[in-house]
Amino acid sequence: MRKFTKLAVDDPLQLIFGQAPHPVRTRAGLEIGGGLVYPEINFTLPSLTIDAGGLPGICRNYEQIIQGTLRRAAELEVPGVVVEFETLPPMTEHPDWGMAIVDILLNGMAEEADRSGLKSVLRMTPNDNREFERPPLMRRGRYWEAMLELFERSSAAGAELLSIESVGGKELHDDALLNGDLPASIFSLCILGARDMEFLWNHIHGITSRHGAICAGDTACGFGNTAMVLAEQKMIPRVFAAVVRAVTAVRSLVAYECGAVGPGKDCGYENPILKAITGFPMAMEGKTAACAHFSPMGNLAAACCDTWSNESVQNIKLLAGMAPTCYMEQLAYDCRLMNQARSEGSTAAETLQRWLVNSDAALDPQAYIISPHSSIELARVIVAEDSPYKAGVAVARKAIDILESAHHGGKLRIAPNEVVWFDRLRDELDDLPGDEGDFISQRLSLADSTKFLPAEYGL
Amino acid sequence: MNQNLTLLQSAIEAGKRKDAVALTRSLLDEGMAPLDVVEQALVPGMSVIGEKFKRNEVFVPEMLIAARAMKECMVLLEPLLVAAGVKPKHTAVIGTVQGDLHDIGKNLVAMMLKGANFAVHDLGTNVPTEKFVEAAREHGAELVCLSALLTTTMPAMREAVGVIRAAALPKVKILVGGAPITQEFCNEIGADGYSPDAASAVDKAKEVLSA
Repeated sequence: MRKFTKLAVDDPLQLIFGQAPHPVRTRAGLEIGGGLVYPEINFTLPSLTIDAGGLPGICRNYEQIIQGTLRRAAELEVPGVVVEFETLPPMTEHPDWGMAIVDILLNGMAEEADRSGLKSVLRMTPNDNREFERPPLMRRGRYWEAMLELFERSSAAGAELLSIESVGGKELHDDALLNGDLPASIFSLCILGARDMEFLWNHIHGITSRHGAICAGDTACGFGNTAMVLAEQKMIPRVFAAVVRAVTAVRSLVAYECGAVGPGKDCGYENPILKAITGFPMAMEGKTAACAHFSPMGNLAAACCDTWSNESVQNIKLLAGMAPTCYMEQLAYDCRLMNQARSEGSTAAETLQRWLVNSDAALDPQAYIISPHSSIELARVIVAEDSPYKAGVAVARKAIDILESAHHGGKLRIAPNEVVWFDRLRDELDDLPGDEGDFISQRLSLADSTKFLPAEYGL
Repeated sequence: MNQNLTLLQSAIEAGKRKDAVALTRSLLDEGMAPLDVVEQALVPGMSVIGEKFKRNEVFVPEMLIAARAMKECMVLLEPLLVAAGVKPKHTAVIGTVQGDLHDIGKNLVAMMLKGANFAVHDLGTNVPTEKFVEAAREHGAELVCLSALLTTTMPAMREAVGVIRAAALPKVKILVGGAPITQEFCNEIGADGYSPDAASAVDKAKEVLSA
């Protein structure tokens, strides 16, 4: 397992869109992180029942999506496209259904390449169904087997980038968020999540090795983005969500320690921190993901992206055309702007980066915490520690310090009913044991044993 | 008003569990009826914190702390209420529809309903349609709450409404919610009410039950 002990990017100006120290080159010739930002198109079905009887209609949706989006991409002369297929749960549960759609997408991509020369690559993201068992079986059972089968068959068929939004630890994390419980969040992310990631990504790495595919990356979507959405709905403090975001980087980093090389998964808003550590290219999403969820960093999220994504949009009709095609156009124009800035030299690119950051950073702690400057500070703390637990505690403390300092310095606006959370969260960290074993014992005695199986995490 | 009732309401609002339990015990020792403790202190306390939440003055963690304080008081009160034959005014069954694992919104609605003194039977996530009917019948529920977060599980919600309607449970009202759900969808599938968020679910539940 690779350990990152120093930063690949330690200058905020270099933590910038379209440029990564270690680009990823695809079979079709996309060089992600090698100077250009590429659109990454995502899509999902409209309201439809997913079953064997409905499969022909489902397939027609995906045929329409891939033809429409790639045709528009070609018309807009994009330099390349990442197509992400994030399966819906039944498509992982029944790998034949998932594969039927993989074949449709790969055929559509090949046809457009033949027609217009458009370069594209398929990112395959099976939905992690393991939580359908309650408590979840993380290392065995039919959901685990079906998920691995879909990874294997899709990469053999030509899906080149393998990703997942893994769920290890989520069975306790939702309650941690609703209770504003930072130690429980650290336990979920840095003890359970980190162990699950290591187990899972070693398997995925084996699959990519067999098929010449690429371990792209994971995301703490079910953790950090759940926090973000809850904060957006004013259910939990934004300050708390921002601190949780910083801790999610520790969990997502494990994928890269186990062989992932990027581009990191789009919904990982922790990706700027990971790019600073690993130097691998990262997908990001922001304002063009408002079709899926709101966020307080629609511009800032683009500051260091290497692919720019729309997260997910239903295949429904809008005035201009089908929604995925409309979103392809929006992504294409955003990427065109970033690539134009890069083509005019570092001063122009840094100016656009500054505008992207400064237009959002002061208004929300969740934006501020993933700004290039904050990301590098957090990344530095993570690589200085020798275990996910210690890194989680240290990065949470650093995040609180960064936010509080920015608030006091007038650089960041934080609501009065949130300011009290700084002391509350810091007190929780102060009470944590220094030893990981002691922490695990403490949390196991507190955790709801009906919700998770410690043995599934090697505990 | 009894001073201890006022203090108990304040303890619930602030989530002070130990104080709340001690005050509940004092009120019972004074001879106050258990139902009066619930209706004059616990429910108003939860109502105040719920209103603060609606006004974005507090967050869910503060509400949960208050709910836990109420729950500990109910440990003392429930056996007495049962012995006296007193039941909650309303009984609800709640769950996330089949194929859907999302439960945060559903859990919040369950917590809000409990705070308003509903008896709540939470069936969890990925609930087969027939289970809603079985549970409503078993518990004599007047309210079934259905949650869905995925566009692809909206058909399961439609099916659940249809099966409940066909199950000869004439008194049962159906409340629906979840990110992709709208008032239009609620009307289309024949549910009785739609709540756009957990904060307004209790008001909507009371509204459909009184209709």
